[in-house]
Amino acid sequence: MALSNRQARWLLLGPAGLWYAMLLVLPLAVVLVYSFGERGAAGGYQPAFTLAQYANLATRWTAFKNTLMLAPLGTVAALLIAYPLAYFLAVRVNPRWRTLLLVLVIVPFWTSILIRSYAWIFLLGGRGIPALLADLGLGDWRLINTPFAVLVGIVYGYMPLMFFPIYVSLEKLDRKLLEAASDLGSPPWRSFVQVTLPLSLPGVATGSMLVFILLMGEYLIPQMLGGGKVFFVGNALVDLFLQSRNWAFGSAMSVTLVAVMLVVVTLYMRFLKRIGAAREDVGLM
Amino acid sequence: MKKTDFMRELRRYHKGSVSRRHFLGVTGLGAATAVMAGSLPMRAFAQGIGDRVSMATWPNYDDPDNLAAFQDKTGAAVQVNVFGSNEEMFAKLQAGGAGWDVVVATNYTISTYVGAKMIEPLDLSKLPNYDAAAFEARFAGPGTVDGKLYAIPKLWGTTGMAFDSTRAAQPLDSWKGFFDITRTEFSGRTIIHDYQLTAIGNALKYFGYSFNSVDPKELAEAEKLLIEVKPHLFAITSDYQPAMRNGDAWLTMCWTGDGKQLNRDMPEIHYALGKEGGEIWSDFYCIPTSAPNREGAYALLNFLLDPQVNAREALFHGYPVPDSRVEALMSDEMRNDPILHPAADLLSALEFGAAVTLTDPNRAEIMARFKAA
Repeated sequence: MALSNRQARWLLLGPAGLWYAMLLVLPLAVVLVYSFGERGAAGGYQPAFTLAQYANLATRWTAFKNTLMLAPLGTVAALLIAYPLAYFLAVRVNPRWRTLLLVLVIVPFWTSILIRSYAWIFLLGGRGIPALLADLGLGDWRLINTPFAVLVGIVYGYMPLMFFPIYVSLEKLDRKLLEAASDLGSPPWRSFVQVTLPLSLPGVATGSMLVFILLMGEYLIPQMLGGGKVFFVGNALVDLFLQSRNWAFGSAMSVTLVAVMLVVVTLYMRFLKRIGAAREDVGLM
Repeated sequence: MKKTDFMRELRRYHKGSVSRRHFLGVTGLGAATAVMAGSLPMRAFAQGIGDRVSMATWPNYDDPDNLAAFQDKTGAAVQVNVFGSNEEMFAKLQAGGAGWDVVVATNYTISTYVGAKMIEPLDLSKLPNYDAAAFEARFAGPGTVDGKLYAIPKLWGTTGMAFDSTRAAQPLDSWKGFFDITRTEFSGRTIIHDYQLTAIGNALKYFGYSFNSVDPKELAEAEKLLIEVKPHLFAITSDYQPAMRNGDAWLTMCWTGDGKQLNRDMPEIHYALGKEGGEIWSDFYCIPTSAPNREGAYALLNFLLDPQVNAREALFHGYPVPDSRVEALMSDEMRNDPILHPAADLLSALEFGAAVTLTDPNRAEIMARFKAA
């Protein structure tokens, strides 16, 4: 039996559609329904229709604040470290060394983030870097279980996700453009600002987005390096589902987190579009 | 290197008593990681109990040598999952799919587990090493619900505090002292359990209220205290030994056995009960109704209830075992140890945890708020 175009299209869309329906739409719908419910007598979920869970959100303000501050901060810090590295590897370094240096960036990524974060517990703990600083006479430092420790863990853990998109966009850079700029009398810094940087922006945008979205849902790094003192929304969520077993409130918080992320990401996209438009205007001049 | 030696070294490394270099050196791990996978024993179905028994338990609670001996005997490896609170253990089992065969639960949770049909009555014909008469009634009592035995005591203990005596001007002996010194000389050096029962319970004791209070007014005061001390804490965690051992923390809420283990290795760390009171408790072996390997669970329980094996457990975990047959095997030193067996007047002020604290929504929410603050 021959399939019509229309039938074939539905057949081809089927697997992906089913995937989205079962693994994205359905779970989100469940979470949304639960968020209007109540905590069961022994914990868990009990059907109801109430906005009480959303009304209680303010009590978790610190977790939202921590997330909304440390996620962008971590993204920017990762960018500031990843960009020069990517620039150096893609543009500056002798191609003979490039592969080796790239491998050195990739290899730590093969180890589980859990193990790498665990290593930081020892490095930032009293017998690690603080002991070294004290020996050098640089005073008494407490690093572990602080926002700084979490930030270090974030930058270290997510740096490769920032590095690669930037590296790829810089690697494609056409050297002739830089030569042309130079021929036209542009000093190197100006060539960088007007040629290299704008051409690498898509990589920066992709990397930042990847890191930022993952950081908004981060749980592991604050759990390991924050000692219960630097709490993200992800950590508050885990507590609500495991320790206090309040699935309804946990769901309301998940819905809120998703909403906050959608807003932030939309604003970010708009911002990128405006930059893109501005660049075209400049190009026309 | 023997498997037991390896586990001992791994434990020492984990607790920070030896360096990473020492650990990799003595275990040969530095060179031989790849070989290990091939050399793991693969004995199948020696007694028809499968090759794995999964147990939900607590940090530093089970002697790895005993568990290795069980594997040598039966071919079943014991997979250990450690928790920080009964609430979390309960939640994972309640959500389903945990896959545990044995659960080590605390006295105040047993009736709720039974009510929710999450654990099953024990079949004593499969536990010849169990002797009801040998167990101390006040610790074994909560294991029986409606005349049926659901749980067998593993050990009992108290919840006090461990502190570095070289750092404290005076020895600590009260929950008032605990929370006060945390806000002054010990700022940034104190650990509070990641566990509603003890974190909130001991804060209640600061004001002289019952450890088990669910009175909203009293709980509000406890919450205020907890949130006030939070900026002064080193951490909120139930796995506090590593930080105490490496000197990051000077004071922690502490269970008997951890206090004993810390004091054994570092005599300057002292264990004390709050004179206002606090918690006395017993932990039980139970078998979940959802256990995937019921036969394995019974085999493991029966093995651990063997007084000789159980005595080795006691030497490892440093808690008293409420089984007179095990107590008889202990040295006088252990039997008279002030950490394991506190003075009668200190003990009499302590309370067993109450079932209501496990399900009270207010306590659950206060704990979550304290952590998210």
